[in-house]
Order: sequence, then C-alpha cells, then structure tokens
Amino acid sequence: MSAHDTHDHAHDNAHGHGHSSGEAHGTRRDYVIGFVLSVILTAIPFGLVMSGVIADARITAGICMAFALVQIVVHMIYFLHMNSKSENGWTLMALIFTVIIVAICLAGSMWVMYHMNANMMPGMTGGDMGAM
Amino acid sequence: MSEATIPPGTQAPVFYETDEHHHDAGGSTMLGFWLYLMSDCLIFAMLFAAYGVFGSSYAGGPQPHEIFELPLVALNTSMLLLSSITYGFAMLSMNDGNVKATQGWLAITGLFGLAFLGIELYEFSNLIAEGAGPQRSAFLSSFFTLVGTHGLHVTFGIIWLVTLMVQVGRKGLIAANQRRLQCLSLFWHFLDVIWIGVFTFVYLLGVLR
Repeated sequence: MSAHDTHDHAHDNAHGHGHSSGEAHGTRRDYVIGFVLSVILTAIPFGLVMSGVIADARITAGICMAFALVQIVVHMIYFLHMNSKSENGWTLMALIFTVIIVAICLAGSMWVMYHMNANMMPGMTGGDMGAM
Repeated sequence: MSEATIPPGTQAPVFYETDEHHHDAGGSTMLGFWLYLMSDCLIFAMLFAAYGVFGSSYAGGPQPHEIFELPLVALNTSMLLLSSITYGFAMLSMNDGNVKATQGWLAITGLFGLAFLGIELYEFSNLIAEGAGPQRSAFLSSFFTLVGTHGLHVTFGIIWLVTLMVQVGRKGLIAANQRRLQCLSLFWHFLDVIWIGVFTFVYLLGVLR
C-alpha cells in the first residue's frame, strides 16, 4: 500500500511538473505581444513590395525572407509556446529534426533541378525553357 | 506448499509486471500531435520545393506579377492572423473555465477562417476565369497545389472547430475537450506559420520576380 502511495505521489509530481513546464499555456500578454509583432513583421514586407521603395528587387526579396524567418520564430514562441522544456524537450528535438530534413529537401531539390535545367541540351528543351 | 510449486534446482523466479502502468488518458497526445504536425510540415516542404522548381516555368502563360493581387493577399493574411489571436483568446477563456467565452471566441475564429477561405476561393475563381487555371503551366499547377493544400487544411480546421464547439456545448470543458482544443490550437497556429511561407515565397517574391 505504501508503495502504491509513493507511486501515485511520484506520478502527481511528474504530472505537476509537466503541467508547469508550459505545454500550451500562454498568457494574454504572450498572445498580444505575438500578435503585435506578427502584424509589424507582416506589414513591413507587404509595404516594401507594394510601394517598391527599394529599387533593387533582390534586396527587397532578402528583407522579405528575413522578416518571414523572424515571424516564424515569433509564432513558434508566442502562439505555439515552443520552449526547450515542453515534453522533456522532445517537441524541440522533433522540430530540429524536421527543420534539418526540410532544409535538405528544399536546398537539394532547388540545386539539383536548377542544374538539370542548366545542363539540358538546347534541342531537348521544351517550350517553357524559352520563357525562363 | 510453496516449495512444491517451484521445481528444485531452478533459480529464484523472476516476476514480470503484466499490467500496464497507469497513464493519464491522453498523456502523450500532445507530443503525438506535434509529431503529426512535423510530418505535415514535410508535406508542405515538398510542395514548396515543387513550387520552387516549377515557379518560373510559365509555358508562355501569365507570370506572377501579372496575376497576383497583393491587396487581396494582405487582406487574406490579416484574416488568418486575426483568427490566430482570437483562437488564443479562446484558449485563455478555456483555462479560466468559461464555456460561453470559449465558444464565443471559437465562433469568431471560425468566421475569420471562413473569411480567409472565401477570399481564397474568390482569388482562385478569378484566376481560372482569366485563363490562369492549374492546367495552364507548371508554375500555376504548383501554385494551386501548394495554396490549395493549405486552404484544404484550413477547411478541415474549421470543420474540427465546429465539432469541438458542439462537444464543448454538450459536455462542457472536460479534460478530454481541453486536450482536443489544445490540439486544434497547435493545428491552427501551425497553419498560420505555413501561410507566412506562402505569402512570402509565393506572393511577395513572385511579384518581385
């Protein structure tokens, strides 16, 4: 009986710990901060592209991508409540794994297919190559 | 008597616990759902990769800056962003145990989601009417697949949201319903994260090209 009691107690402790490590419990402040940051981080790229303030499209594109990356991190922290402690760090591990796989797939696809296009013999190119 | 049950010469018996340990119902649901979201993330990564490869294969058809209307996309983005924070407020009301407020915020979230879908369908129908349908070029095929898959996710999110509103109405904010609402919270905010990639890489960078 005493063993059962200690088991329950340990379990309660573990549960209490898991609860406080913040699975999906944001505060109102978190949500408002996240929302305000997101609005700013969305409005600036749209403003830049729609007004065309910066003449060089490449610089504008770079700024847009940088803002997108920052906004994704903001969403992760303030809306998805990511931190290194939730589920004993397994959510973060899964996220890191996914980011690595996504990076390999995206970079690999673009790289390989770009070179496939570039190395096509001129006679083999379809109609769409002329448009590139 | 006990000696008779253990054959002589054997070692001390080893006992295995055949009963499972007690786990809280749904104790691992959140981690499992997170893993699902990560695999969903891979689906979108592949669609983004396809768009990245085909994005400039116009086949002599319309180019992004000719067909994309940024004001419409900005409006769409704001709908999704607003739905994100209203869902956050629904979660806060849930933590307070306030059923009415939870359902109210969920309803508002659903309306923003519907507005997002409506604007997206309006955009799609305009494109198709202009002859820029998915069959026009590889660029448009990959565009419709990527944005359409996101829209489909939002559609199922709304169906899920309505289902949960009914369940909360019937059973209240019981532990199971709280867990379901937390899963949908992850799903809904995750869709917003995907949309950041869509509006940046497809629309903004497309118009710049």
